Parts: sequence; structure tokens; C-alpha cells
Amino acid sequence: MTLLGEMNEKALALGIPLSVHIDVTYRCNERCVHCYLDHDDQGEMSTREIKDVLDQLAEAGVFFLVFSGGEVFMRRDFLELVEYARKLLFNVKVKTNGVMIHEAEAKRLRELGVEQIQLSVYSHRPEVHDAITKLPGSLKRTVDSIRFLKSQGLKVTLSNVLMTVNRQDERGTRALAKQLGVAYTLDPTVTPKIDGDTSILALRVDEENLDALFQDDELVGDSEEYCKPPAPVDEDVMEGYSCSAGHTACYISPYGDVFPCVQFPLPTGNVRQQKFTDIWYRSPQMNEVRSIKVKDLTVCSSCSHAGSCTRCPGLAYMEGSMRGPSSSDCQKSYHRTGIPSANMLRKAGMLSGGPLIQILPMVG
Amino acid sequence: MAETYIAKSTAVAARMLGGEMMIMSAVDSTFFTLNEVATVIWQSADGRTPLSEIVERRICQEYEIEADVAHRDAEQFVSALSQHGILLVSDQPISDATSKGTDAP
Repeated sequence: MTLLGEMNEKALALGIPLSVHIDVTYRCNERCVHCYLDHDDQGEMSTREIKDVLDQLAEAGVFFLVFSGGEVFMRRDFLELVEYARKLLFNVKVKTNGVMIHEAEAKRLRELGVEQIQLSVYSHRPEVHDAITKLPGSLKRTVDSIRFLKSQGLKVTLSNVLMTVNRQDERGTRALAKQLGVAYTLDPTVTPKIDGDTSILALRVDEENLDALFQDDELVGDSEEYCKPPAPVDEDVMEGYSCSAGHTACYISPYGDVFPCVQFPLPTGNVRQQKFTDIWYRSPQMNEVRSIKVKDLTVCSSCSHAGSCTRCPGLAYMEGSMRGPSSSDCQKSYHRTGIPSANMLRKAGMLSGGPLIQILPMVG
Repeated sequence: MAETYIAKSTAVAARMLGGEMMIMSAVDSTFFTLNEVATVIWQSADGRTPLSEIVERRICQEYEIEADVAHRDAEQFVSALSQHGILLVSDQPISDATSKGTDAP
């Protein structure tokens, strides 16, 4: 195990929130077609309030801090917040569209010792990227900002979301990252809107695209290894947890609401009314999330993918139950290995109208 | 013999976790954990207190370690961390500006 892995294990055992993702605003200068947020300002935390939260997070033992949004630079105090966070010695990562980053901002981010900047790029072609962000000229501005950040020696990642509207450009976008000399990540996950609207799920790519994705060595490493059938599920798997949400990680909204993860909209408390550690350690919802082991999952505990699935409890929660399956992860496991999940078999059985009780013939 | 002064670099992330100090360099992302004694040296690296004084007052007395051994180990530790840019080392006191913002958590 790596040293970082050991620290994660230790944080899990001690109940320390090692990583926190904080959205400092939901306001944005882009209007991406797949975005799940409501961009109106419903009463963001002030500079003083966020600094107070950062003090509390440092006290609680948080090491990794992600600043995201909305677009973080829509806040005029954003660099002041980064400076404050760095004085508290957080490892800071910033997610941005980069549209408002010029030489001066890039230089300041480097001076402040920001660990990594992640920028969203959906295509190498302006007509496709700008149609997704609905901001004319946005690809050029984002690419310019990547160059400014790179020239400062900062670690930059180009982050793409694979959708029906840009799937044809995936290789071109990857080539752009290579040409710019930055890391590249690709995520095929499109989540429902924060208000529960599922219409944007129509942007999810179809099964053929997932198959191709999982066979691509450049994206997944050794695709043969990545796509091999799941190992038998043992007791360690059943006693384990499906992800870090609520265990060593959580999310804080611009309004102070605390959730187990940015993708897990279960309210657990608000830092405007309670201390962060009171929410982290004493919220009944947070404690319920962290009480759920793989063996407690209603369908997934009987699934052959239980030990290797990327099951997202937040997507499962949005689908109906935090103990239930996340169908999009079932699809990923299936397309990765060719083996259907327990949830898929259950649904197929229900759809086929087969008998409610199956009696197996005795053998021998 | 010249004194050695040490100050924490501003280009690091650091946090205590269960009695160990986690440190990550923002320059090369190298990740370290410091044991209890090394953590004391790190926390005492204010740029003004000579390393010899840190070792004598905070290490030898509190941990009952022999002076020769403690000084040798501390110098090795300081050398290793300075190579990764985690600690700044000088034979002169290091100004406040250098270690600004690195109060140990």
C-alpha cells in the first residue's frame, strides 16, 4: 500500500474527514448543457463565513481541499480564499473553466502553492465546446488559460465529460491535452439536476461508447486487466464500504449545507447553524451513511461485482435508496466485464414476467 | 561552528493525523509522514531558533535521547526535507516573510 493509502486507512479508522470539496459559488459564466446546478445566487457564504469554515476544517484534520463551483472566479474574493486556505496548509485543488484566468491569476495561483488546477474542456473544436458551454469563444479562452497556467509550472488537468453531443470529438480532445502537455481525464457520468430533473440524463452516451471506452488502453491502462471478470467476493469486501463519502470525505455547498459528497444530495447539516465537527461526528444522516457496509446493500450485496464496482451511493440515493443499486454503475460494470449485475438480472427477471418463486430441481 | 536555522517552506501542505504529520510538497507532490520526534522539529522550524537549540530543548530533554544521536538524526532529517524543498535551511536566521503562513496546524 502507498503512503497515501496508509493515511487514508488511518483517517478512516480515526473518522477524520481527510478531503473536503467546497463549492464557493453556484454562479457561472457558462451554461453547460449537462450541468446539474441552479446558477442563481441563493445567499452564498460571505468571505468571513468561508474563512471561518476553513478554520474549522483545518481543526478537524482536513488535508485535501477542493475549491469548485459554479465558476470559482465569479467570486471576486476567490484568490483571497485560496490564500487563506494555503496559510492553513491545505493541499488545494481548483476546478474551473479557466475563462477568467489570465497571466496575473495564473502567477498568483502558482505563488500560493496550489497543487492542481482542473479545467473543463469538452471538445477540441470551438463549435462543439462552445455549443456545450453556451459561451461563444469559451474554448479559446480556456485553452489560453491552460497555457498561462502551464507557463507558471502548475499541474493542470484537462477534464472532459463524455456525452452524446461530444463523443465524436473525444480523441481530438485527448490529442489537445497531449498537445498542451497536460493530464487528461474522461468521465461518462451525467447526473440528474440538483432539483431532481432527470432530463439531462438523455446526454448519457450509449452502450457502444462505453464498450469502446473500457477497451481503450490509453484511458484505462491495461484494458485486459481492467475488463477482467470480478474476483470472488470475500468477507473483507462484505465488511467494507463502497466509497469515501461520509467516511473520509464530504461536500459543502456555497450556502453552507454539508452533504456526504457533491454527488450525494442528502442534507446532513449547515455550517451557518452548527459547527462542522458537530455535523461530521453527530449528524444522524452522516452516521447512517457511514454505517452502511457492502453486506447491508439490498441488491448489490448479492452481486458478483460487489468487490470491484464503482457503485456511487449518491447516485443510488438519487435513484431511490442509498442502500440500493446505482444503475449507471451497473451498466459500467457490465460493459467493463460483459457480466450483468445482480440489479440488471433482477430487472430482466421482473420484465420477463417470470415466476415470482423459482424452484430449482434437485440434482443427483 | 556555524549555527543552522530552519524554516518551513510555504510550498507545502501539512496536517496532523493521529499523531503523525502528513506533508506534501506542492513542487513535486512528494508525500511524507513524520514521526513524533520529526514532527517536533518541523513544528519548531520558525526560522529564528537554531537547530541545535531545538534539538537540545525539544528533543533531548523531552525524549531522553543522547545529544550526539539526536543532533546527527536531526541533521539527516533536515537535509532530507530540504532536498525536497520542504524545509528551508540557512546559516543565518530566516526572515519572517519566508516562513509566513506556515504556522503548524
